[in-house]
Amino acid sequence: MIPLIEREIVNKKNWISRDEMIDILAISQSFPGAVAVNSAIFIGKKIGGYPGALLALLGVIIPSFSIIIAVAKIFSYFSTAGVVKAALMGISSAVIALLIMAAVRVAKTGIKDKISPLVTVLALILLLFTGLHPIYVIILGIAIGLVIYLLKNISKKIK
Amino acid sequence: MIYLNLIFTFFKIGLFSFGGGYGMIPIIEKEIISKGWLTGQEFVDIISISEMTPGPIAINMATFAGYKIGGIPGGLLATTGVVLPSLILILVISYYLSKYGHHRILKETIYWIRPVVLALIIQATIFVAINTFFKEGFDIKTLLDAGSVNYFLQNVNPAAIVIMVISLLALLLTKVHPILVIIAAGSAGVILHYAGIL
Repeated sequence: MIPLIEREIVNKKNWISRDEMIDILAISQSFPGAVAVNSAIFIGKKIGGYPGALLALLGVIIPSFSIIIAVAKIFSYFSTAGVVKAALMGISSAVIALLIMAAVRVAKTGIKDKISPLVTVLALILLLFTGLHPIYVIILGIAIGLVIYLLKNISKKIK
Repeated sequence: MIYLNLIFTFFKIGLFSFGGGYGMIPIIEKEIISKGWLTGQEFVDIISISEMTPGPIAINMATFAGYKIGGIPGGLLATTGVVLPSLILILVISYYLSKYGHHRILKETIYWIRPVVLALIIQATIFVAINTFFKEGFDIKTLLDAGSVNYFLQNVNPAAIVIMVISLLALLLTKVHPILVIIAAGSAGVILHYAGIL
């Protein structure tokens, strides 16, 4: 979806520059939610202020929304058919492979220091064995990030 | 008040979904299955369909789950709920960012969410695998009670494991587009069904 956004907004419409687009993509990943949705909000804001942000958001979710509602309506008629179940079983098997690939990708690009793997293991133990709500585990990650950020800043100041 | 509960629940889900749609799966699972809104199998179906439909998977999952729980209004509220945190946070924070220019603290903090996101994706993988590889889901307690390999063998779905392994090899070794892998895997399921295996 991102290359599509770039082609429309940067190349065709010239609404923002390529550099601005790169900045927006980088920062969109720092916010919760889908990157495509976040970048749409940023781009909309840049071009048309608050109404622009709202309209860009609507524009990016309305197609997904309509398609899913249509698919869900059709699916509800056929979901019990054996052949549909078999097709979905095949698809969810492929989804497992996609999830494994995503995990490998995140591990390769996101885990660059020695503390991160420990955080992953700790988070996994909390998630799988204590049944702790994932939200608390994320908050724990954010808290660790803030503490490390502050410690770094303090040690810089002392130096 | 199911509708109010829906928008609030998906607002919470949206607020804590970092690292794309996959990291969101355990949060939705926790919220929706514990509330009894959907079964594990229903949610796995939703993930599968969201994966093969165009648009961000996070939005697709929210719309589909909301629709299953509360019809079209449910879909609308879940979708609104899941994007609202993005909208609010971006509009509020981009004001400060443009005022002060940099976003170092944000970036550094987000860096430390990544190892957690990795754990969430692994948990999501286990969740989908359990519901796909085992016909009745996988219940460790039943396995221990039954105390036998028989329960495991009766419950396991070898076709799913084979399709997963082939898909993984295709993704690792070739540059084939994921959507083609999904279509091929779905077709394999259909063929196995008509061959009388599934």
